[in-house]
Order: sequence, then structure tokens, then C-alpha cells
Amino acid sequence: MLASYLTLAAILFCVGLYGVLAKRNTVVVLLSIELMLNAANVNLVAFSKYGVVPSLSGHMFALFSIAVGAAEAAVGIAILIMLYRARGTVNVDDYDELRG
Amino acid sequence: MDTIFTQLGWLVPLFPLAAFLILTAMGRGNRTLAAWIGTLASLGSFALSVLIWTERLGSDALDYSDGFRWLSAGPLQLTLGFEITNLTSLMLLVVTAVSVLVNLYSAGYMKDDERATVFFGYVALFAFSMLGLVLADNLLGLYVFWELVGVCSFLLVGFWYTKPSARAAAKKAFIVTRIGDAGLLLGIILLYWQMPSHTLDFASIQNVFQGQGGAIEAGMTTLIALLIFVGAAGKSGQFPLHVWLPDAMEGPTPISALIHAATMVAAGVFLIARTFDIFEASQAAMDTVAYIGGFTAIFAATIAVAQQDMKRILAYSTVSQLGYMMMALGLGSLTGGIFHLVTHAFFKALLFLGAGSVIHAVHTQDIRQMGGIWRRMRVTSVTFGIGALALSGIPPFSGFWSKDAILHTAFQEKPLLFALGLAAAFLTAFYMSRLFFSVFTGKARGNLGHVKESPWTMTLPLAVLTVPAVLSGLIETPWNNTLGHWLSGGTETTHTGGGLVMVASAAVGVLGIYIGWLAYAKGTINRETITARVPGLVRLLGEGYYVDRLYNAVFVQGVRGIGRVFAIIDDHIVGGAVRLVGGAALLLGRGGTRLHNGQVQTYGLITLFGLLVLLVSIAGRGWW
Repeated sequence: MLASYLTLAAILFCVGLYGVLAKRNTVVVLLSIELMLNAANVNLVAFSKYGVVPSLSGHMFALFSIAVGAAEAAVGIAILIMLYRARGTVNVDDYDELRG
Repeated sequence: MDTIFTQLGWLVPLFPLAAFLILTAMGRGNRTLAAWIGTLASLGSFALSVLIWTERLGSDALDYSDGFRWLSAGPLQLTLGFEITNLTSLMLLVVTAVSVLVNLYSAGYMKDDERATVFFGYVALFAFSMLGLVLADNLLGLYVFWELVGVCSFLLVGFWYTKPSARAAAKKAFIVTRIGDAGLLLGIILLYWQMPSHTLDFASIQNVFQGQGGAIEAGMTTLIALLIFVGAAGKSGQFPLHVWLPDAMEGPTPISALIHAATMVAAGVFLIARTFDIFEASQAAMDTVAYIGGFTAIFAATIAVAQQDMKRILAYSTVSQLGYMMMALGLGSLTGGIFHLVTHAFFKALLFLGAGSVIHAVHTQDIRQMGGIWRRMRVTSVTFGIGALALSGIPPFSGFWSKDAILHTAFQEKPLLFALGLAAAFLTAFYMSRLFFSVFTGKARGNLGHVKESPWTMTLPLAVLTVPAVLSGLIETPWNNTLGHWLSGGTETTHTGGGLVMVASAAVGVLGIYIGWLAYAKGTINRETITARVPGLVRLLGEGYYVDRLYNAVFVQGVRGIGRVFAIIDDHIVGGAVRLVGGAALLLGRGGTRLHNGQVQTYGLITLFGLLVLLVSIAGRGWW
């Protein structure tokens, strides 16, 4: 069973990573980050149930992670809205103020 | 005998130095005042020199020297001081006398030049340096002033620096004499190293080399003497370093008279006379000096025959006469060399100042465009004629006696040099009569309507100079060795008179003048047919045996070629390496800039890639 969960988590993570690296829309990038975060959460829960030493700490860790992820998403979306107001675009490519 | 003025000998160069400082402070101020300052300062030096000289007239006058410690670094002790001997007092007299007259003459000659004040400043600086050179009591002090006169020569040859030829001549004069100076410096260093007590003053040199104690081995003595002679040859325009002197005629004519005829170019002769003991200790060095001098005498005289420029004729004549002096010294006749130096200083200064007077009036230096000036410039013509007779060695003018002294020594010592000297004397008389008859007699060949006699400031020095040009020969005649006794402290008794030599030297002088008269005044000898028969020879002589061309092709172009090679190396190899380093850093920076594009996703991708590389390398490390 563990292998299936881990495979699912890996697929989720890769989809998220692809979204982060390849998508041009910043909202989608944020969504993809959440996907990667949740892939990690799936792993935590899976190891907590089917790992070598099952315990509840994995569940708790996953809950913490979801809470922190929610806060992060809220802050990220807030920043993104301000950025959109300032620049009039959500295209990642246009956010290149740090260009050398 | 009283030596009050002798003790004040250090004051002699200070008059012109003060004048130089005042004139420099004046900038381009009052030109008439500048001329008077220069003249009065040199007059002060002259008066003091006369007083010093009179103190030394007695045969018992002791050499006087005084100085102070200049530098002392451990065992290295250098002093700076002055020394009055019979030789230096005589040189003081000659230098200051010519200096006074040239200053006075320049007051007229340079009247219309707006940088006349600067000119008198330079002349004063030159007089200071030359007097310092004469007075110096050691070789190092002499060397310092030796370089200073070189600088003054450079400044004054290039005085009209807007003329490209004057600039080139100034540079040439400086560089060619520098070659000699390098030899002199090497000689001085070598001498310092070899001297038992590591001193350079002339008194010690005399003691060491006269002692015959073998303190310095023979080969080393020859080397030192030859190196000193290289310096003297550079300054005195001896072959093969003579090329700068004719070009130096680009300077104002009073300068040609003062520096490039009477005083500075004689410094080489003076240097050898001052270090004569070193030369006497080495027969090889003496022979070198004698043969180079004799060769230069005849070599330059032949060139002078084919020159068309009035000042260049006199310049080659100067080279030739300096060769005579060197020959005399090389033959062991200190008296002959110095005697000719003195008489030559007077009559050659007279000739140059006369030439300047003509050039000032005619505004050309080409003798083919002159002629018939006699009717318009009586004083100049007569005085120039006297100078020409003195140079040609016609008795009883001064040049005859000094030339006779040299030829007589040569007759006794080396017949070959006697023959060379006699031939040079003939050529001298010939080119001087050519010059005189072309310029002063016959019909005017150019437009000479505006020509009139020069002002008194210019004719007075000419008139004054005729006196020593005629009479200065009488201080040393076959019957009366006053100068020889006086210079050598009563030991030298050569030049006892030889009728044959006197007759021969007078005869070639008269013959030369007669042929010149036939060719250039009477026209009996048709010179066109002669020159048409040997055009190659005329061109060869006119170009000065192509020595200048040769030097240009070999040294100037050679050095330029080497420079070009090094420039390429510098540009492509050294500069290329520098550019490579800079370019590499720049390229690296450009690459970095491209990476730093502000795209978060690119950063992420690169981070991912880095992570993968890390993982793969960690996973795969077991296989290697």
C-alpha cells in the first residue's frame, strides 16, 4: 500500500513542480506550489500509517503543514493581488525586477 | 706671489649664474636691459679672470684648490671644489673673453628677436657651466658641468624651435654627444674604482699616473683613457661622432661662435689636457688620440671644400681644427694642443661672428648667392679676412704659430701625421680663400641692394677679436716657448724651431690661398670643368662622405626597426595577455548577467537541475 501512496505523492509533486516551473500565470504557480505541499502531506500521512514505526506524529505534522500552507497561501494571494494592482499583470515573466 | 684673486676663483662662474637667474626672472622682459645684464656679468667674470691670470704669470705660482665635501656615504666621499692652475686660468681667460664679446655682439644680432631675454639667459647659463667645467677640481664635478654645457648647447641650437631643422639639430647634438658622455661616465666610474684612494680630483690622478708605480695596470689605464677620449670625441666633434657639429649651426650665429667654435667644443680637448697624465701612461691611447685627430683634421677639411653654406664650411673647419688639437695632444704636445685651442678660439670666434654679420645683413647662408659684399661691409670684410688668414696659417697671424707647433711635433714623432696635417693645412687655406673670395669679392650674385654694415655692437667685437687673432700666436714661437714653459711649469722644451716645417706650412697655406684665388676670384681655373669631371667626388664631399646617411640607415633606422618589433611584441603579446585577462573577466560577468535574469522560474529550474546533479552524484558515488 505504501508504494501506491508514495507513487501518488510523487506524481502530485511532479505535476506541482511542472506547474511551478512552466506555468506563466502566477495564480496557477501558487496553486502548483499547494499541490507540491500536499504531495508532502500525503507522504507524511502514508508513512504515519504504513511506515516502519507507525505513530500519530505524522498526522499531526500533516495538520500543522496544512495550517501553515493555508496561511502561506493567504499571504501569497494577498501579495499577488497587490502585485497585480501595481503591475496590471499576473504573468510571471513580467516580474523580473531582480534581473542582473 | 699674492693669491688674493686666485682664492676668489669660485666667484668667476657666479657672475653669469646671477645673470642667468635675473634674466630668467625677467621672462621676456626688457630686451636691451637683458643684453646689458648678460654683457656686464661676463665682463665681471672676465675682469676677475684677468686678475687671476696676472697672479699666475710668475713661474713660481702654485696650483690652488679649495672645495667642500659634497656627498659622503660610507667609504664614498665626493667633494666639489675649484682648482686654479696655469691651464685653467688660461681657459678662464679665453672663455670669458669670447663670452664678453659674444654677449656684446648678440645685443646687436638678437635685437629683433622677441625671445632675446631668454637667449641671454641661456648664454649666461652656458657661461656659468663652461666656467664651472674649467674650474672643477675633480672629474665628477667636471662631468656635472660637462652635462650642463650639453644642455645649454641643446637649448641654444634649438633656440629657434619653430624651425623643424633646428629642433632636429638640437636633438641630434644632444643625442650624439650623449653617446660620448656615456663613455666618459664609464671612464670616470672605472677610474674611481681603480684609483688606490678612490678619489677623482686631478691632483690625485696626476700623482697616481705620474708615479709610474704601476698602481693601475696598463690595460686598465688604456681602457680608462680611451673611454675618456670617447667623451672628448663626442664633445669635440671627432670622427665618428662629428656629425652633430655641422647641424648645430642651426642655432643663432653668436652661439655657433661661442659654443660650437670657441669654448664648448674645445672642452673635449681641455678634458684630455686635464687628464693628460692618464693618456701619457698609455701609448696605445695616445696613438688612438693622435690618429683619430689627424684623420678628423683631413676628413673634415675635405668636406669643407664642397659645402655651400657659409656656416657649415666654418663648422667643418672647426671639426678639422679640433682634430688638429687632438692630434697634438696624442703626439704628446700638451702645449701644442692648448696653444691651438687658444688661437683657434679667437680666430674662429672672429670668423663666426663675421659670418653672422654677413648673414644678418644678407639674410642667406648660401655663399653662391653672395659676392661683392666687400664694398658694402668694410669692417666685416677686413676682420673676416684677418680671421681667414689666421685660420689658413699665414705668418705672422696666430694660426700659423699654433699650427706650426703641432706640425713640428708631428714631423718629429710621426711623419704620416705630419703629411696629413700639412694636407689639411693646404685644404684649410683653400676652402677659406674659396669662402672669402666667393662672399666678399667679385660681383653680387643675389639681391644685395639692402645690405649695409652691421651696428657697432656687432663690429666692435669683430675689431677687438682681430687683436688676439693676430697677436696671440706670439706667446709661443720657435724662439720663445713662453706658453710651453708656463703651462708645464718649465719642463716642456719642445718646439725648438724647425725652418723646414715653418716654410712648408707657410708654403701650403699660401698655395691654398693662391689656388682659391685663381679659381674663385680671378677665374683662371675654370671650376665648372673640374667639378663636371668628377661629379661623384663633389657629391661625396658635399654629403660629408654620406656619414649622416649611413648613420641614419644603420643606427636611426636600425633602432627604429628594433623599436617597431618591440612595439609589436608589446601590442600583441603583452597587451594581448592583458586584454585576455580583462576579456575573460568581462565574458564571465556577461554570462553571470545572463543567468541573473530575474525569472524566478529559471532560478527554480536551475536549482532543480542542481539538486538532480547532487542526487545523482550521491547515488552514483558507489560506482567510482
